[in-house]
Amino acid sequence: MTLQIEDLVVEHRSPGRPVVRAVAGASLTVSPGEVVGLVGESGCGKSTLARAVCGLNPVTGGSITFEGRPVTPLGLRRRTLTAVQMVFQDPYASLNPRRRVGDQIADGLRTAGDRATTPADLLERVGLPREFAARHPHEFSGGQRQRIAIARALAARPRMLIGDEPISALDASAQAQVATLMRDLAVDSGAGLLFISHDLSVVRLIADRIAVMYLGRIVEVGNTAEVWADPRHPYTRALLQAIPRPDGMGVLPAELPGDVPDPANPPAGCRFHPRCPLAMDVCREKEPAPGPVACWLHEPA
Amino acid sequence: MTLEITGLKVSLGGRDILRGVDLHLEKGRVHGLAGESGSGKTMTGLAVLGLLPHGARATGRIDLGGRDLLTLPPRELNKVRGGQVAMVFQDPATSLHPMLSVGRQLTEHMRHHLGLGRAEARARAVELLGKVRIPGAEEAYGRFPHQFSGGMRQRIAIAIALACSPRVLIADEPTTALDVTVQAGVLRLLRGLCDELGLAVLLVTHDLGVMSAIADEVSVMKDGLVVETGPRGQVLREPAHAYTRSLLDALPGEPGGPAEPGGKA
Repeated sequence: MTLQIEDLVVEHRSPGRPVVRAVAGASLTVSPGEVVGLVGESGCGKSTLARAVCGLNPVTGGSITFEGRPVTPLGLRRRTLTAVQMVFQDPYASLNPRRRVGDQIADGLRTAGDRATTPADLLERVGLPREFAARHPHEFSGGQRQRIAIARALAARPRMLIGDEPISALDASAQAQVATLMRDLAVDSGAGLLFISHDLSVVRLIADRIAVMYLGRIVEVGNTAEVWADPRHPYTRALLQAIPRPDGMGVLPAELPGDVPDPANPPAGCRFHPRCPLAMDVCREKEPAPGPVACWLHEPA
Repeated sequence: MTLEITGLKVSLGGRDILRGVDLHLEKGRVHGLAGESGSGKTMTGLAVLGLLPHGARATGRIDLGGRDLLTLPPRELNKVRGGQVAMVFQDPATSLHPMLSVGRQLTEHMRHHLGLGRAEARARAVELLGKVRIPGAEEAYGRFPHQFSGGMRQRIAIAIALACSPRVLIADEPTTALDVTVQAGVLRLLRGLCDELGLAVLLVTHDLGVMSAIADEVSVMKDGLVVETGPRGQVLREPAHAYTRSLLDALPGEPGGPAEPGGKA
């Protein structure tokens, strides 16, 4: 088991505000060579979870272990855990505008102690011409920049690649391409991939397993095809039904009433019950146990 | 015919951005405009409002009620903008002013265009907030954009656009910045308003799923030209142009959608 997240709790504290529990007891595993898609609405804590896995957010409770060793928060010291690499959401902000892209990729190669590979080789792997190494980020489009960011992450020879909404800043035409590229590169190098997105149709295309997150908790985990064909948690169903289909029939997608509640003040019982069409009495009182499906409807009796 | 665009050409800095666009918008109908980024969808919307970037040259004709919007003097155009033609932008986080209350942003143009008094404008603003289904419209009037979620902000932006009872609404990627669940609500709202108020809506989006859900007619743009236009069912089910077919083929997953069991592509 490569990456193991157990009962993770991450809190955001800011002065004068209540403590926000962005991740409230989430468990997830990602094996080598496996692609796990993490989906959920904005504000559900999926990005916080990704940042915690990289050590970018301090952990309040629970544990994150990578290959048996705990993931420690990043500090001023040189980091020891270079096998976990992240591709960020916005390639306009994640690349240094003042350095040549080849130099930025070379940083990763140096980290991995790789003298045989050149930045141009990596550019070639992500489908860009070798000459691009001498250019600066502003000379590229969003899709090209995200490919460069992926090349930079791959240069450090990661055994776990994390994509935090890596495609949401890109054009629709580039989204599927970049997502598939990330999958292929991760799987070919035997690394695991934790792919975070709010776009279910893209996650479906590349993920082996899907984890659905709602308000800091993972409510359903399962094989992608199974979750897609037979979503069991009412929230997963609502998410899938809300996707408009390009069938030309003019069917308005189903609406999920209400907004995501404030994570600083989550509802009692099951966190989804105020918006759930199937809420029962027990849902208002007790929180369902985490499992493949965290819902009282699917609780083993 | 509410709005008719014929032979619209726009060039900017010597480059042709639009190369002769023809579009017809009708009352109570949603006209979807699809295409990749850079195909000129947004420019078409901006040209209608006379909001093209500095230095852009537009030729052709944009006919609204017998007047050509391209040749209208600025004073006249100002009366059309916001009054008869309104626009909803992609990102409600940036299209609303962060320092002005929702009420102020909702009433300012109403008082200007319609000449309403303070109290009248306020009453209409509260009514509009109710119409776009903002809970607690009275309290929402005095709040600021940051106190609302993304979906609510987009609803407010739609309320602002509708305030002066426009005949044409241009929605430029109105749901791209929203989650799917919220998007569903905003799409239902747009469709309902279009039917109820008899608006002519130009919906610019790259999402063919969104297009299929609410558009009546669909036009597909490529490199500044409309390559295909027709009723929704025809364009999305039996595309005539190779480019439309390639757009549909590029979509992840088979057309059956979530209800249908099936493995990965």
